[in-house]
Amino acid sequence: MEILIAFVIGAMTASGVFLTLRGRTFPVVLGLTLLAYAVNVFLFAMGRLTVGLPAVIDPTQGGYADPLPQALVLTAIVIAFGMTAFLIVLALKARAEMGNDHVDGLHLSEDEASLKNTLPPRSQRASRKARHADQQEAGQ
Amino acid sequence: MNLLAFNLPLVVLLPFVGAAFAAWASRLNRLGAAYTSGLVTLLSLALLMPSVPLPFHDQTLIQTWDWVPDLGLYFSFRLDGLALLFALLILVIGLLVIFYARYYLSAKDCMGRFFAYLLMFMGSMLGIVLSENVIQLVIFWELTSITSFLLISYWQHRKEARQGARMALAITGAGGLALLGGMILLGEMVGSYQLTHILAAGDLIRAHDWYLPALILILLGVFTKSAQFPFHFWLPHAMAAPTPVSAYLHSATMVKAGIFILARFFPALSGTIEWTLLVGGAGLITLLIGAYTALFKHDLKGLLAYSTISHLGLITLLFGFGTQLAAVAAIFHIINHATFKASLFMVAGIVDHETGTRDMRRLGGLIHYMPHTATLAMVAAAAMAGVPLLNGFLSKEMLFDQAVIASSISHWALLLPVLVTIAGLLSVAYSVRFIMDTFFGQPKSDLLHTPHEPPRFMKIPVDILVVVCLAVGILPALTVSPILETAVAGTLQAEVPDFSLAIWHGFNAPLMMSIAALIGGVALFLKRDTLFQLYQRHEHVDAKRYFQASLQGILNLAQTVTQRFDKGSLQHASAWVIAVSLAAGIVGFAGFNGSLLGETPVQSVDTLTVIVGLLGALAALMTAIWHRKRFVSLVVIGVVGLVIAIGFVKFSAPDLALTQLSVEVVTIVLLLLALYFLPQASPKEINRVRLWRDALLAGVSGIGATLLTLSVLTRDFDSISTYFLENSVPGGGGTNVVNVILVDFRGFDTLGEIVVLALAGLGIYSLLQGMTLPAPKNDLRGRLWNPDKHPLILQTLTRLLLPLMLMVAVFVFLRGHNLPGGGFIAGLIASVALIVQYLANGIDWTRTRLQIDMHWAIGLGLLIAIATGLVMMAMGYPFLTSAFRHMHWPVVGEFELASAIAFDLGVFLVVVGATVLSLVQLGRLSHSSHAGSTWKS
Repeated sequence: MEILIAFVIGAMTASGVFLTLRGRTFPVVLGLTLLAYAVNVFLFAMGRLTVGLPAVIDPTQGGYADPLPQALVLTAIVIAFGMTAFLIVLALKARAEMGNDHVDGLHLSEDEASLKNTLPPRSQRASRKARHADQQEAGQ
Repeated sequence: MNLLAFNLPLVVLLPFVGAAFAAWASRLNRLGAAYTSGLVTLLSLALLMPSVPLPFHDQTLIQTWDWVPDLGLYFSFRLDGLALLFALLILVIGLLVIFYARYYLSAKDCMGRFFAYLLMFMGSMLGIVLSENVIQLVIFWELTSITSFLLISYWQHRKEARQGARMALAITGAGGLALLGGMILLGEMVGSYQLTHILAAGDLIRAHDWYLPALILILLGVFTKSAQFPFHFWLPHAMAAPTPVSAYLHSATMVKAGIFILARFFPALSGTIEWTLLVGGAGLITLLIGAYTALFKHDLKGLLAYSTISHLGLITLLFGFGTQLAAVAAIFHIINHATFKASLFMVAGIVDHETGTRDMRRLGGLIHYMPHTATLAMVAAAAMAGVPLLNGFLSKEMLFDQAVIASSISHWALLLPVLVTIAGLLSVAYSVRFIMDTFFGQPKSDLLHTPHEPPRFMKIPVDILVVVCLAVGILPALTVSPILETAVAGTLQAEVPDFSLAIWHGFNAPLMMSIAALIGGVALFLKRDTLFQLYQRHEHVDAKRYFQASLQGILNLAQTVTQRFDKGSLQHASAWVIAVSLAAGIVGFAGFNGSLLGETPVQSVDTLTVIVGLLGALAALMTAIWHRKRFVSLVVIGVVGLVIAIGFVKFSAPDLALTQLSVEVVTIVLLLLALYFLPQASPKEINRVRLWRDALLAGVSGIGATLLTLSVLTRDFDSISTYFLENSVPGGGGTNVVNVILVDFRGFDTLGEIVVLALAGLGIYSLLQGMTLPAPKNDLRGRLWNPDKHPLILQTLTRLLLPLMLMVAVFVFLRGHNLPGGGFIAGLIASVALIVQYLANGIDWTRTRLQIDMHWAIGLGLLIAIATGLVMMAMGYPFLTSAFRHMHWPVVGEFELASAIAFDLGVFLVVVGATVLSLVQLGRLSHSSHAGSTWKS
């Protein structure tokens, strides 16, 4: 059992680290989410893996799962959600401001060439206002 | 109540409170700040008065409160002779300076800011001299550096004021750090940070291995603060400050703080050859350099600044002699220097004020216009020169006497009397120049306006100080003797040696030296033109240039190092962080001798668990492998989250399972909404090296995490949770221990966490406010998005489900204290219920029916949570203690109602508020992007 959990944590960590090192915002957010999962499960496992024990105080039962890591992980899950939400919105903001979704805010044109539905680099855009006007025209 | 139990901290803290009042008063009335400051100073003085008699009866008053006793840190104050002398100097001269500054500052200057800074400085300075705990002393020491920075840069529009302030802060601040190091060494040697213990442990300290490092560190603090060679150069640049500041900080008080440390720790540190060489050496060099340079300064304040450096060197030299009589002379000269130098600075300020210049080449003959001021200046300058019948003469005689005594030690020491006589001679020369070039000679015609006497009251502080110079000089035994004796007793912490303050000691060596200095000084002054020409022919070391060059060098170095690691790329930086963490982990474990895995046998596992677990691991790996196809990747990461939720169920953590499940739903919805505005796929990466490097880092991290988990899980452990399990029902009134920990035992942590969540929600709201992003018209393969934005079946079902889901949320919330559930989970479920409405029916439809502003939910939630804690505090319990009682309701049955449920309600509201606010705001983005296309269709 412990080996399985350790392996799952390892897989999540490895994938999380790999995605965190990518150059685009969306995979980085996914990577951080995976890392948060790994950390949460790791913290939870520090209270040891206990199968089939009661979750609430019950005098008829012999033992309990360790409640402290559970309490810590519970808030950690919610905070991780808050962080993910904030990061993804930051990524959107960066996309709106920079015109691309690279984590450094740089536009790598050779990478982008293959994709059609991305925005042209910022230098080709006169201003945000002009771009807005273009879209409205295109819409009509 | 006995005032003697707590008056000292009040004396120190009152000016800080007064600073706020002064700033406020200046808004009502331009002079309000000055009067407030004067009043505050008088009040501090009055508070000190009841304790004043104690040191005269050889008693030391100590007032102590616990701060962090485990670290030896106490909020602790001490009043002995030395502290009393300095406190009186600070308060009395402070009062005179406030009086003077009220007339000095012009209508353009902001009075409130000036007096607020001045009062804060006064409080910090009082804190230094009245501290019993040495760490507390260092804290006040640093406060003087900061407040003096503010005061020097008071005229912020002047470049030299800003530069001078920065230099003073850099040097005295660095010295403060060294002093802290020295104090910590001292405290560790003695085993206590209280002065009483340190001063009594002189023999132990001097014999200790750490004596020399501690001494050097403390002296670094002293020399930087008191402008001793080679750190003296900041003081002349600090003269960019308004003159009242120069008079107060840079002659009477702050620069004496270093000297104060020498006096304070005299019993603990002095009496060794290292002390004599370091302290005496620096003092002697400073004495000579200061006096020599002062002669060649054309600026009145520049002359006084170097003269101050020189006199500080004189006092340091006296302490360096290390004898008791030398200490008496040093203390005596501290008093004398404070009086005559403060008055001279005030005179310089008056001259500047009335003529518009401080350049002695442009001044002259002022005695015709301001005879009163000229007289005051002459007396004070004579005291500075050491003319008989003035206080400066007495302490200078004592210095000469000590120099003669010290000269018998070795051949080299024979030079001492000669050198101090030369210093005395130079000091006579620059004193004469100060008077002659300013007040005598031909009146210059190119002044801005015809000078005249300043307002009557501007001269009163100078009058008082000059009268003191005379009184001490003529009748030393009647005036200064008692306080001097008390201060010396406080300094030496021992019997006061016999000393004589008589004016006439017969024709002895010191008198000869004085006469030689006086005659030589006047002669030197008469030859000054030749000297100035000589002086100007040579290059002079400009310390400011070296200071700035070295500062620039350090900055460049920092920048080079930073650029080496930070190339402005997040990928690069993240790779470094991960690689270094890995390296640290590997190095840490490499030194571990035992076996990696522990003894505890692993539990057996069934096939189903293996399959689910492997599915989770596989999903995690596929998220990474398919990351370029973003939608697929997002679906797969959902599988990971679900597997984790199932795992929590399996391992007896239903609370976590519920939380994970609801968070998973919200997260995926959120990421889907966001993905809509991002490219649907990542471009192919062309950098193979980087891909392999990242894969390697990821692989090693994964293996590391696996091994770390295994090595912990195969070992026994001892949980602290027994306490929570035992006290959950009797102490917290709930059987769901996890929830009781969240809302009761660790309620403060939870409060912090909901604050973070609230901030994240508000941050998202403001980030998205006013943002527009173009929505793609079709997906990756060119298919149009479904035009039916709100499918009918979804709409109907969600509307039916809403009450049910909300009821589940309420149920989960209410039972949370005793059964799995609680505010977090209920909040997430309620959020899902609401978000689904927005998704299925559109924002406008939902908003007209659900008129709740989620900002209010967040704010209300935080308020409720904090109020719950405060109510318990008001009832005398620690913050966020939970009270509970048993209730019996019909139908529902018996249950416990804990005050923690109110806290949990706060948690609930914040979770709902933050989650719904973020998602709806994100949804609105898509709403506004679609507005055009909807209209078209």
